[in-house]
Amino acid sequence: MIVEGKQKIWADYQKDIPDDHYFYVRSCIRQSFFPGSEVTFLDITRNKLGKDFYESAYHTTCGGIAYHSDSIPQETAMTIIARQFALMHESGYENYVCSCITSFGCYTETLETWHEFPELEAKIRQYLWDSCKKEFAKPKYLAHASDIIYKFRHEIARQAKYKLINAKTGEPLKVVEHIGCHYSKMFPSKGFGGAEYPHVLVGMVEAWGGEVIDYPERRQCCGFGFRQYLIQANRGYSISNTHKKFESMEPYEPDLIITNCPGCPYFLDRWQYVIAEQTGKTYGKNGYGIPALTYEEVAGLVMGYNPWDLGLQMHQVAIEPLLDKMGIEYDPKAKYKGINGKDLGTPINPINIKLQ
Amino acid sequence: MFSNIPFFKKNNDNKNVSHSTEDKYKGHLYERLQEDYRIKEGLKACMNCGVCTAVCPAAEFYKYNPKNIVNIVQRKDEDELEQLLKSDTIWYCGECMSCVTRCPRANAPGLVIMALRKLSMQTGYYMESEKGRQQYVLVKDLCSNILNHGYCVYPRNFGYEEHKEYGTVGKWINENLDDVHQRMGSNLDGDGPGGLRKIPQESLDQLKKIFDITGATELMNKVINDAHLQAKKENLSDEDYFKKVYTTNNSSKHLNNG
Repeated sequence: MIVEGKQKIWADYQKDIPDDHYFYVRSCIRQSFFPGSEVTFLDITRNKLGKDFYESAYHTTCGGIAYHSDSIPQETAMTIIARQFALMHESGYENYVCSCITSFGCYTETLETWHEFPELEAKIRQYLWDSCKKEFAKPKYLAHASDIIYKFRHEIARQAKYKLINAKTGEPLKVVEHIGCHYSKMFPSKGFGGAEYPHVLVGMVEAWGGEVIDYPERRQCCGFGFRQYLIQANRGYSISNTHKKFESMEPYEPDLIITNCPGCPYFLDRWQYVIAEQTGKTYGKNGYGIPALTYEEVAGLVMGYNPWDLGLQMHQVAIEPLLDKMGIEYDPKAKYKGINGKDLGTPINPINIKLQ
Repeated sequence: MFSNIPFFKKNNDNKNVSHSTEDKYKGHLYERLQEDYRIKEGLKACMNCGVCTAVCPAAEFYKYNPKNIVNIVQRKDEDELEQLLKSDTIWYCGECMSCVTRCPRANAPGLVIMALRKLSMQTGYYMESEKGRQQYVLVKDLCSNILNHGYCVYPRNFGYEEHKEYGTVGKWINENLDDVHQRMGSNLDGDGPGGLRKIPQESLDQLKKIFDITGATELMNKVINDAHLQAKKENLSDEDYFKKVYTTNNSSKHLNNG
């Protein structure tokens, strides 16, 4: 192997990420289904790393799910995005970070399209002025929130209480990484490692002691497909794609799936439950599934956060086998409690897949 | 899918919106497509290699072939284009954009699909296919969530009955929604920043103005009115028509192994 050649190729897939001062925007899906992940991200960046991440109460959806469900025109999505950029500008920030891969794809598509067609950018500027009396500046830097965790993955490793290592055997945990289609399939140069060597999650897993599994359907979509899930009649598409991934990864016996996009962990978690209840098949050992976590949840686990503060009780697939492997201490009785130990009852145990 | 939203009730009898296929588009479909920036960006020169079809998650399960769709657009045959816009075919794509990465000519069949879908809705041709008619549910739910709450997804509208795959944990979450989100540190429907906060009215008003100015309101009203007229034709209430569109799946027509 010619090392210099490899380094040259690899250099094309690197991104220089600013150290600090970001305007942070949330994800419709992540805040709804994995709210602990956004709380953890802001706690890590602000309180553990000492960085400035500002959130405006006035920011909204980017419109990405509606755009990719063909429910709003491209100009509408772009003007909503322009309004978000205006809020960033008004707040005195130049670096923009979003918590959603669909958003990241939409922001990137918008900036690239404006670059290629300046007359469209001018049109959107006018739309924004006419509708909101606002003017925007484009971000100097656009990041996905996982890019930040990737950048500081070694610092997180230095602060870690646990590793992605089996505490009993000392072996690295076997981890499936799933980066989400819109991170770099459309604009490979915008994601760490591009579409060919996606490294954003690999870097985290390796820095925290785990071992990444390479399996045939590694880059296969999780199966969201926007209208293919949002419409009940179409959900066969969604579960079929997820099923394909699990059948492909099963022989490698993963301990954990780490995800980038907020939608993917929902589908990789919930469709395991449906497959189990419909067919009796589970992909973990002893009637358990394979935990599908967000990257914030994985970062939080290695840093020693309480699993129930991270929101791991909001997953259908039981997390306990992973916690036991990592040697993480937890209170099983606190799993489904509310604030101050309030009794919220417990979910019903499914028939074929274990819940705890 | 989501709960009834009062916002849309007032739009249902909008007589100013045309339902029928609009003649102004007939014979000019290719010309109209060219106005869409996604066509300008997504279709330069396809050499028909079929890599997009090989990598496509939809093509594996649906009777779907993105290469053939791009071929039809490139041929500029107006009759073929009209048939395509009236078909289920253009609605099978999941917009994952896996095709974009692999195209050796830097085309984006996924963007071509998005432009075709927009034109199908503008012309009214989407009402002639089962999958096209589903746009009613998507437009109604997603646009109402954006305009009423500022989010595409709003957890109080994500019902367990319509999403049973949410699982026993999802059912438990929904039954304890406020407590679970409070436990997780969300600011559900609260003031100030934070996850799931109530979006200030000033911001919602701006989203509404953006919808009005950029064509989203017009598209939304057209789709809702088209559905209303179709429901009448089928002697169904709007609610029953909504449920029908949401659940109807003539799978043998759509699937490769059907």
